[in-house]
Amino acid sequence: MSEQRPAAAADRLPVLKTHKVYVGGKFPRSESGRLDRALAPDGTPIANICRCSRKDVRDAVTAARAAQAGWAARTAYNRGQILYRIAEMLEGRSGQFEALLAAGGTTPDQAAAEVQTATDRLLHYAGWTDKFQQVFSSVNPVATSHFNFSILEPMGLVGVLAPESPLLGLVSSIAPAIAGGNTTVVLVTGSQPLPATTFGEVLNSSDVPGGVVNILTGRRDEMLAPLAAHRDVDALLLCSPDPGIARSAEIEAVHNLKRVAVRPHDDWKNIQSPYEITDLQEVKTTWHPIGS
Amino acid sequence: MTNSTPSTGLKAPKLRLGIRDGSDDGWGYAPAPESTDHVELRDRYGLFIDGDFTDAADGRTFETANPATEEKIADVALAGDADVDRAVAAARRAYDEVWSQLAPRERGKYVYRIARVLQERGRELAITESLDGGKPIRESRDVDIPLAAAHFFYYAGWADKLDYAFPGRGARALGVAGQVIPWNFPLLMAAWKIAPAIAAGNTVVLKPAETTPLTALKLAEIIRDAGVPPGVVNIVTGAGETGAAVVQHEDVDKVAFTGSTEVGKLIRRALAGSDKHYTLELGGKAANLVFEDAAVDQAVEGIVNGIFFNQGHVCCAGSRLLVQESVADEVISKLKDRMETLIVGDPLDKNTDIGAINSRAQLDKIEEYLEIGEAEGAEPFQTSCPVPERGYWCRPTLFLQASQSHRVVQEEIFGPVLAVQTFRTVDEGIAMANNTPYGLSGGVWSDKGAKAFRVTSRIRAGVLWANTYNKFDPTAPFGGYKESGIGREGGLAGLHAYLRPEAAA
Repeated sequence: MSEQRPAAAADRLPVLKTHKVYVGGKFPRSESGRLDRALAPDGTPIANICRCSRKDVRDAVTAARAAQAGWAARTAYNRGQILYRIAEMLEGRSGQFEALLAAGGTTPDQAAAEVQTATDRLLHYAGWTDKFQQVFSSVNPVATSHFNFSILEPMGLVGVLAPESPLLGLVSSIAPAIAGGNTTVVLVTGSQPLPATTFGEVLNSSDVPGGVVNILTGRRDEMLAPLAAHRDVDALLLCSPDPGIARSAEIEAVHNLKRVAVRPHDDWKNIQSPYEITDLQEVKTTWHPIGS
Repeated sequence: MTNSTPSTGLKAPKLRLGIRDGSDDGWGYAPAPESTDHVELRDRYGLFIDGDFTDAADGRTFETANPATEEKIADVALAGDADVDRAVAAARRAYDEVWSQLAPRERGKYVYRIARVLQERGRELAITESLDGGKPIRESRDVDIPLAAAHFFYYAGWADKLDYAFPGRGARALGVAGQVIPWNFPLLMAAWKIAPAIAAGNTVVLKPAETTPLTALKLAEIIRDAGVPPGVVNIVTGAGETGAAVVQHEDVDKVAFTGSTEVGKLIRRALAGSDKHYTLELGGKAANLVFEDAAVDQAVEGIVNGIFFNQGHVCCAGSRLLVQESVADEVISKLKDRMETLIVGDPLDKNTDIGAINSRAQLDKIEEYLEIGEAEGAEPFQTSCPVPERGYWCRPTLFLQASQSHRVVQEEIFGPVLAVQTFRTVDEGIAMANNTPYGLSGGVWSDKGAKAFRVTSRIRAGVLWANTYNKFDPTAPFGGYKESGIGREGGLAGLHAYLRPEAAA
């Protein structure tokens, strides 16, 4: 029994949800008009999902780029509050996500634990937004009369190949990217896309500005290469245990020397650290003379 | 330890003084050449592998010449695949058996020794650098060599402090690093590569540039004489093929490359899908922004230093001047006047401001861009200073009225050529500064602190100089955004590039 097929009362037909993608703070369908089916572990179709095209990828990049400067310019305090708000919204919808995970074959206990861990993870990164800069930036004692410091700046627009882990992996890859001021285009290509499409609704009700996180569903072989080759994407976060996938995306990424981080984990339970943030940051060194 | 250097004895380098302006009006400078008396240069140099100098396996050599005279200085061994294999094997063995077993404090002491001898032999190294590469002695003496020593001194101290490099994590070395460096700062780039690598516990195979191998080979002597265990540092000389063999070698754990964006992309492609670590320091086309509230005379000095330092052979050179319209006439007029005082000529003359272009090939490339800029419609300005008859020279050059789409604005020329554009508002200046595929560096000239902070924070580049330019320090991370590279060198970030974090002890 999935969220999509609520138990029907005798005298009432249930309202089914259309799972759409999340782009620029809105929920459009794929421009291609194509669909794929989300399946239960036994192969039963449980919902239609958008099968996005390379044009959808480009549109999502446009939305993410438009949002980037504004998101990076938010105060660290404000970004922290917004990540905290995402956690609040996810907590409030925990039952819904447990049901979605259960529909994908997760046991109820595991599903409850995964939703809790995902919520706590958002809280963890909410707390880092105004701290990682303090821990990882530096004032450099140069041997000339200059005030010299190195700070972290977001790489900019991060393309994310979301991991198979449908909620915890998704949250664990998006949260550190946006905590550090990046915007994201997230490709959801795993076997359980419904937690991701529903997470878009959580984001949309959490004061996250439109375009900061864009979530596309579809097929990896159609979407990853256009995203990896796109010249307005600054970095890739490739969450896949398959080295062949990382390699082909890395080759596309050479066009504009995207930064590439690979996360081969299957189990995301312990993938939580400030280094997940700093791996998507640039170091900028600034020199100011000291004198009269 | 046998030193099998195929030396046939020492010889005094042949020198040729730069030609002074014959029409001296009495205000010119008399020649002030640095004496080369005590610089010992050999006729032949070998590869430095496993603590010894040896010929290439197939006996091949190439010539290195003085770009100020076009005369050969020495024959240098040309390393082939077999030599690179041997160097990597020596580095692996040294890593496994010696360097990784050594107490970190002792490792650091070796690196300190290298720093000290570099300081002691500074004069000799500076002269060699200017002979082999063409840079003014003032710069090799005051910038390249002291900074090279400072890098070794800085990173030496990190050797026994790696546990503090990654908060919450431990750290260990990567293994064998394959490093390829360019010809614009030969010894300094060798220091940038070798110092953090070996201090962090790695061993290295370094390939210097084909036109400037000599100071790296002198560094090899210093490393040997410092008693650094054989194989910890190996230096293989050659051209692009040798470099490709180093970075693509299967048993290299880390690749560090400084050079063109084009070659950097080839290397990055070859590394796709591997678990090798890498840092790439690539090209640049930095904007030097002069605002109407800048101290104009200081800004003019900064513009000159930004583009004419080291003949403009600087990846972070301020090769685009963006000047606010309201002060453009004044700035450009003063800039032309200042440029007319620059002396182009003998690199060993202490009065020289702009030395020799590093090679015939680089001079050809610069001259091609001079034609391109004119054909595109930019207005050229070149100073009238005399240049010597032999050797490779380029007078300081401006392209005025340049447009954003001009190739002389978009592409790295790597010579003393400055493209000049004007802007009206702060936002327009920032947008123009960011409008290239590069993002290595930038300069901002304004006496308003708040504006300087705002503009430096909005330029997408790894190094920003406010009211200064082309300053470097071992404690200050250096490296590019966008197509100017990946990773940082210098400072703690530069140390990270040679370490693997691991779970806290």
